[in-house]
Amino acid sequence: MPSRAQPWRVDLVMLSIEGLTTDYGPVRAVDEVSLEAAAGTVTAVLGANGAGKTSLLRTITGLVPARFGRVRFDGEDITRMAVEEIVRRGVAHVPEGRGVISELTAEENLRLGGLWRGRGAAPVSEIYDLFPRLAERRRQPASRLSGGERQMLSVGRALMGRPRALLLDEPSLGLAPVLVAQIMTMVRSLADNLGLAVLLVEQNARSALSIANRGIVLNLGRVVADREPDELAADERLRHAYLGF
Amino acid sequence: MTKFIDLTLSGVSSGAIYAAVALALVLIWRATRIVNFAQGAMLMITTYIASAVIGATGSYWVGFVTALLSGLVFGAVVERVLIRPVEHAPPLNPVILTLGLYTLLVAVAGMIWGSTPRSFPAAFSLQGYAVGGTRLLFTPNDTFIVLVVIAVAAGLALLFRTTPLGLQMRAAAFAPEVARLLGVRVARMFTVGWAFAAVAGALAGVLVAPSVFLGPNSFDPILVSGFVAAVLGGLDSPPGAVIGGLVLGLALSYVSGYEGAALAPLAALVILVAVLMLRPGGLFAASRERRV
Repeated sequence: MPSRAQPWRVDLVMLSIEGLTTDYGPVRAVDEVSLEAAAGTVTAVLGANGAGKTSLLRTITGLVPARFGRVRFDGEDITRMAVEEIVRRGVAHVPEGRGVISELTAEENLRLGGLWRGRGAAPVSEIYDLFPRLAERRRQPASRLSGGERQMLSVGRALMGRPRALLLDEPSLGLAPVLVAQIMTMVRSLADNLGLAVLLVEQNARSALSIANRGIVLNLGRVVADREPDELAADERLRHAYLGF
Repeated sequence: MTKFIDLTLSGVSSGAIYAAVALALVLIWRATRIVNFAQGAMLMITTYIASAVIGATGSYWVGFVTALLSGLVFGAVVERVLIRPVEHAPPLNPVILTLGLYTLLVAVAGMIWGSTPRSFPAAFSLQGYAVGGTRLLFTPNDTFIVLVVIAVAAGLALLFRTTPLGLQMRAAAFAPEVARLLGVRVARMFTVGWAFAAVAGALAGVLVAPSVFLGPNSFDPILVSGFVAAVLGGLDSPPGAVIGGLVLGLALSYVSGYEGAALAPLAALVILVAVLMLRPGGLFAASRERRV
């Protein structure tokens, strides 16, 4: 079991969201969501399909405009910034479906993730140490990689720019249970070892809560619960209504 | 036999020019999914600029470099000022816009330089090489055309394959949203893509001008050929554009040599229709299917 004992510098809030609201046309996808994510912690964002989890992440990184509310990263208001400028401040977003660029090789995908950082980027070898599988596949087009390898690639690629916050959108999607466990262990260690503030969007609530410091449940775009993981897992009403286990 | 060699060599030479035009179209298509119908008019303008500079300085090479540099600036400005506002509009909007730009540029060129075609100097001799007792149709200038197009195509390939800028440009073209999430300034990459494309176009303009003369509408046929070459190559692939250009150049050279020059435009059209019907992904389409 990964340690959850001492998330370091837990007082340092990296990402702070207040009253964030997003509309897709007439549909309110994110409805006055507020949350905080501190360095070295994993915040699980849970809920059914269509609860607004993906929309929340996409609003944070500016892929969709916020209607109301505010997103702050390391004290700076990033609500209206362009996507690439938000990323360049150190917010990495691994999108749903992983977003590896299949026309590029595995290594090109990796290098791309660090280019904006210039000399401050992580060396590719560091990612290969983390995911030895990728080193074997470095010259292959990303289209040839398996689902698990793609997941490693997209996370590794996000780490190339040495981010301070990491937004993960359903990293367990489509993976075998043993791989899901590995991914969760890795996410925990990224928070513990690199001090990342991780926002982990998951449908697989049980796995996500097993490594999280905090659990947030969304329904119809609203926060319906924001609690300790153990409390969430113990609440039968919440579990049945929103978490599916 | 001499005739066959002649036709082959001149096919390679005109194919190189088609390849440059095709490159210009492909670079823009794959970056921004726009067929730039104004390309022919843009390279007409840069060739007029070259002509003016050659007239003023007396140096072909100063004019040549000016054409390429003005293409670089022109492409970037067109993207930044005209195309960017409609990048997220329905696909027809930018197409109509490039057609409008074509009309505008042709009219402006007519107002400034008149509509009578003028001559344009070649870089090297236009007298064919002497082999044995005969003279080939292939000239030192044709050698220059082929080499400079190869150099530009190879330079672009190296840039795309080996440099950080090229990697970002490919990422922006293949997956703009993911590229933005990796900190790539996608809009800037599109501007750079248009700029490089216009350089390839400007190159084609100065290379072909000695044989078609320089007038507001002189380059319309070359745009059609370039488009056919681009489609032959798959519209998405710079190497495909170069090969497509050479294939088309050879095919048209044989057709006009053996069947008569009047048939060449028809042959180009037949090739275009045949490729679109039989291999819509281009001659070299692999298993990858892509909606265009």
